[in-house]
Amino acid sequence: MKTNIRVALVGNPNTGKSTLFNILTGLNQKIGNFPGVTVDKKTGFCTLPDGRTAEIIDLPGTYSIYPKSKDESIVFSVLADKSKGMVPDLVVVILDASNLKRNLLLYTQVADLKIPVVVALNMVDVSDKAGIKINIDLFAKKLGVPVVPISARKNTGIDKLKSAIAFANSVPLQQDTIDIESIAPGIIAQIKGEMQVENPYIALQLAHQHETLSYLSAAESDRIEQLEREHSFHSQKAQATETIARYNFINDLLYDTVKKAETAHDETISNKIDKILTHKVFGFVIFFAILLFIFQAIFSWSEYPMSLIENLFIWLQAGAAKILPAGPLSSLIIDGVLAGLSGVLVFIPQIAILFALISILEDTGYMSRVTFMMDKVMRKVGLNGKSVVPLIGGFACAVPSIMSTRTIENWKDRMITIMVTPLVACSARLPVYTLLISLVVPNRNVWWIFNMKGLALTAMYVLSIFSAIIVAFVMKFILKARERGYFIMELPVYRMPRWKNVIFTMYDRSKTFVLQAGKVIIAVSVILWVMKSYGPGDRFAQIDKQYAQPQYTKTMTPDSLSKVIASEKLENSYAGVFGHVIEPVIKPLGFDWKIGIALISSFAAREVFVGTMATIYSVEGDADKMQSVQQKMHEAKNPQTGEPVFTLAVAFSLMMFYAFAMQCASTVAVVYRETKDWRWPAAQFAYMTALAYTASFIVYHWLK
Amino acid sequence: MKLSQLEIGETGIVKEFTDLEMSVKLMEMGCLPGEEVRISRIAPLGDPIAISVSGYQLSLRRFEASTIILQ
Repeated sequence: MKTNIRVALVGNPNTGKSTLFNILTGLNQKIGNFPGVTVDKKTGFCTLPDGRTAEIIDLPGTYSIYPKSKDESIVFSVLADKSKGMVPDLVVVILDASNLKRNLLLYTQVADLKIPVVVALNMVDVSDKAGIKINIDLFAKKLGVPVVPISARKNTGIDKLKSAIAFANSVPLQQDTIDIESIAPGIIAQIKGEMQVENPYIALQLAHQHETLSYLSAAESDRIEQLEREHSFHSQKAQATETIARYNFINDLLYDTVKKAETAHDETISNKIDKILTHKVFGFVIFFAILLFIFQAIFSWSEYPMSLIENLFIWLQAGAAKILPAGPLSSLIIDGVLAGLSGVLVFIPQIAILFALISILEDTGYMSRVTFMMDKVMRKVGLNGKSVVPLIGGFACAVPSIMSTRTIENWKDRMITIMVTPLVACSARLPVYTLLISLVVPNRNVWWIFNMKGLALTAMYVLSIFSAIIVAFVMKFILKARERGYFIMELPVYRMPRWKNVIFTMYDRSKTFVLQAGKVIIAVSVILWVMKSYGPGDRFAQIDKQYAQPQYTKTMTPDSLSKVIASEKLENSYAGVFGHVIEPVIKPLGFDWKIGIALISSFAAREVFVGTMATIYSVEGDADKMQSVQQKMHEAKNPQTGEPVFTLAVAFSLMMFYAFAMQCASTVAVVYRETKDWRWPAAQFAYMTALAYTASFIVYHWLK
Repeated sequence: MKLSQLEIGETGIVKEFTDLEMSVKLMEMGCLPGEEVRISRIAPLGDPIAISVSGYQLSLRRFEASTIILQ
């Protein structure tokens, strides 16, 4: 799309920046990467009142231009790096009107970079109610920039903001906020001269951030280092001086423009909620009740839509079997692609429910209370209160959760969080657990309300959290700390969840899951189908020849004969041969070669398990009757003993394997991307596989 | 007196910091000399604590609070 103006959105976390971004761009947005770094770059397009199109870039929320985490470091680069042509024409700084003082710090920093600025004063409705009177005209005059009062939640003032963007000056007109040169006169002057930087604040930031800025050359960075020594520049002292100067400016500004009603320490609603939700006893009770509710919801709410999807696929497969001529192609479509697809799509309801509930917890501000309550415990085991969010997010998917560890400033805390997050029972394990639990756990209620299947699933989830905590505790002693950890964090006021946002997240995540998992599953299904339909050498021909002999054709019905042939062929196919090769290794865990095939193909992605099972057991199913995977597995018998294959011991041993093993190519890739070192994902893969094997072994022999 | 010595509901005014690294981070978040701070709650396990400062709630660990000297 051709754009006429590039606009960056900048603001503190919890100021409604993402809501504003969604309103401005609608669903017309995409997620990419900033060049050279793995920070998500959300961009979208917005039509302005004068007919031009603005490209809107949503920069990560930050309290200051001094980065404390990986995500935040992108903000200064985008605003100052002129070399890549990414610098926006205009910055919209979004300020929370009910919390102006702290919000203004970032404004003064951005304003001093001398890019044209428009201020969006959000939540004016909230600040009005709190008795905060802002003289907006005077405020705008003192800053020298347009100030537009808006309410992103209530969708008011947006048109005015759009016209302010359209008619913004192309030159920066904002007032200077503080005297920057006086902070570090010598070094600022020299950097300005040597590096052709006009702006004194950019020069000062180069001195502060040169080690982490990717756009500086090594020579430039070394030269700045040298200058720092010459001028005895102390980064933290300079920053302290600057911050104090900025707050002096802000206090003067607010003194003139904002009048607060005298309601001294009025008990706010948020405070009352906090009294209960972070209460000594109720706090934890409520937290665990919420977790239990989530798991029960995943199981019970999804039952009906899941059976609908399942039946739809059975119907599709039956229909395809009628229409398509029998042969390898129809078998590929029915037993390969359709079986594999139904294995993924059937879990959309559960994944959607999980993502919706997690996004509600984040949106309301409850998640940061969980962080607050859990910090002490988490610190004991080598983590950080902030690790709670990736760990809970890990229930949905390890990939975005590992990316969200970027908010953890401390290197060691972050690494341990990355290492243990894949242990948390993600949504891809859900299909495997659901299938196996419904096979072996009776559908009964205990204590009236708790369904036994739901309890078994909850147990798997609790186990996953405990294992993550224990592994973290061990790693605490292995890894060496690089810097001090700290926990200085805003507790945002409680808000109602934005339902549109929840629905959008639910839709977006489910779509991503289906597309990503779908690709892998179809690929694996096709490969698997090929491997099970063809065998090495002339084995298949020999089987056909053997069963064509009269002693078989005369004594057996054609139906049972074709079943025997099919299962002989499966055993002699490439997949069967391969399964037999690994069988000795997995036999101690209670698995046969068929499960072995599923196990190995699941190393691409766990959810492949269900599709693989469907493909492998489709051989034994009744040709006239399309059955669900569950029925097929239920009827599976051990050919030697005639006993069912999936006993309690085997099912739980399998679940243990899936609970601990690193069977996810995407996670391996993202861990590499986040750590930039192959040894991390390698170590993770190794320890998780070892854990998986041990746990399965113990559980199988215990339950057998 | 240190901020970490206050009880829930008590207020104080920040005077100075004993730790430069912490002070930079705290000041960015609006907790700087001259500001009034009030202990608004303590986490169920006794640490961290939440203070209200500059019109919002900030949580920090007891150790971090002990680097803040009050007037």
